[in-house]
Amino acid sequence: MRAVLRDALPFAVLAAAPVAATLAGADWLVPVFTRMAVFALAAMALDFILGVGGMVSLGHAAFFALGGYVVGIGSHHAYDGSPTPFFGLPGWNDLLISLPLAFVVGAVIALPFGWVSLRTRGAYFIMITLALAQMVYYGLVGLTSYGGDDGISMWWGHNTLAGFETADRIVLHFLCLALLVVAFVVLKRLRAAPFGRVLDGARQNEARMRALGYRPLAYQVGAFAVSGGIVAVAGALMANVDEFVSPGMGHWTISGELLVIVILGGIGSLSGAVWGAVVLLGLEEGLREITEHWPIILGPLLVVIVLFARGGIAGLVARLGKGGGRAGSP
Amino acid sequence: MLLFLEQLLNGVQLSVTLLLMASGLTLVFGIMNLLNLAHGSLFMAGAYVAAWTTGVTGSWLLGLVAGAGAAFVTGVAIELVVMRRLYTRDHLDQVLATFGLILFFNELVRLIWGIRPMRLDVPEALNGFVEIVPGAPYPVYRLAVIAAGALVMLGLAWLVQGTRVGMRIRAGSVDREMIGALGVDIGRLYTLVFALGALLAGLAGVLAGPFLAIQSGMGEPILILAFVVVVIGGIGSLKGAVAGSLLVGITDTLGRVYLPKVSDAGTALSSMLIFLVMAVVLALFPTGLYGRKP
Repeated sequence: MRAVLRDALPFAVLAAAPVAATLAGADWLVPVFTRMAVFALAAMALDFILGVGGMVSLGHAAFFALGGYVVGIGSHHAYDGSPTPFFGLPGWNDLLISLPLAFVVGAVIALPFGWVSLRTRGAYFIMITLALAQMVYYGLVGLTSYGGDDGISMWWGHNTLAGFETADRIVLHFLCLALLVVAFVVLKRLRAAPFGRVLDGARQNEARMRALGYRPLAYQVGAFAVSGGIVAVAGALMANVDEFVSPGMGHWTISGELLVIVILGGIGSLSGAVWGAVVLLGLEEGLREITEHWPIILGPLLVVIVLFARGGIAGLVARLGKGGGRAGSP
Repeated sequence: MLLFLEQLLNGVQLSVTLLLMASGLTLVFGIMNLLNLAHGSLFMAGAYVAAWTTGVTGSWLLGLVAGAGAAFVTGVAIELVVMRRLYTRDHLDQVLATFGLILFFNELVRLIWGIRPMRLDVPEALNGFVEIVPGAPYPVYRLAVIAAGALVMLGLAWLVQGTRVGMRIRAGSVDREMIGALGVDIGRLYTLVFALGALLAGLAGVLAGPFLAIQSGMGEPILILAFVVVVIGGIGSLKGAVAGSLLVGITDTLGRVYLPKVSDAGTALSSMLIFLVMAVVLALFPTGLYGRKP
């Protein structure tokens, strides 16, 4: 029971905060909380391969950006009525199309990326995922017909949901939050399922898993693809929140931020990613109020956190609640 | 043909910049097992301080010394304050801490020098052209960069292969606990190696300065290319760094010149080319061309 409450708490915070802000007359704060939910979704997908699978990807921004471009490109063609370059299909401007499509695009691209990166382990893996993401970044910059460096500004508004308008900020927020909860439930079940157990086993001892007759690589690449797909969905949501996509979504610093969120929340805790997103984006917003040079404070703060506060916030909550179980995987 | 020769030299010149970066990265990784994302910040520090010093004093040589020196000092400082606490941590912690350092340094230069990019001009004495073959004028400065980089690398090879310090460095990359037990001050050796890598990165920043807009965040694209070099060459191998940087530098430069001529998609493809090369190399040699088997 305690564990369930602990998992539910961050989601409850993200549900209550925008409502409270709106009631207090500060509804301009709502997109801030929506950003938190979206980044939490992406970071949770990263936590799944990092915490369970032991894969430190520094390239997840690539899938974030690809998801954004699925929305941006579809919306662009839906708006001016021109056919897309994909078999001349018409553009799309509904979440029922763009979200599943983003998942498929993210997962399909993540498949070869995961396979190439998993040729190696450790530091190589980190560098290769970073390099592959940089490749996607340059590829998006090269898309001159979709704005190149400047990206696509969706000033005509964001996607509809099954034809219904999602212009209201609160509606969009709870849509993102709902998807976050769904992702949490799915990933948690996946972790407990044989798929997740094999993945976890391979992280602890790959040779042993092979000796038991499993092929860890297939599970790892599969997990990488699922993770990439979910991050792309987060990117698609981000495009709707900002009504703008640009190669900047795929900038390597986004990959870094996602890793920071996972660490802040506690590796392998899944729900911790929500805490991590709340804290990191909250810190950024707060520091921005103090000085325009806020990274000069955030940077050293991250160093201190890494050096002295392991286990993250989920670990802290677990310790405070003395709640028996560990927050992170070992 | 003349164009090809000219671009080939440009490619070698990019290779030299990458090699100076990659050799520092690979030394630090090979010996301390440290993955340092902030290596690009040292490149940036070199370029900024050189541009500023040259602007104030008017002396390019002074700028070179100040830029490389600033990177060296910064290297010593971050090794003492942050890096030495990271050697025993896993790579994830190293990535995060050095990510924090990047945020700090990128904002620090904005705070000091503003958001407008700075420029570093080619030194007066080397500002001209020379005909390498009749009818093909080539900038003297670029040739000088290639020569300087080659000299520095020869010096590094001598340091590592032919001196007592180099012997300890090589021993440290094989078994650090053992050389500690044999009485070598391992802490000081680590600081030295890290600062040496920082010096090389700073030097790369100064030498490449005239080709780049000197601005916040300029180190990271180079850093990522240097990672590609290290991955292709094999982590910890200087020989691999040389092979990798030549492959990456020349492929990238020639790709950017010739691919756009083939088709419109070539422009986008040319900037992705070296990453595809990396993927192919990895598929064939998972630990790089000269990497040790795990």
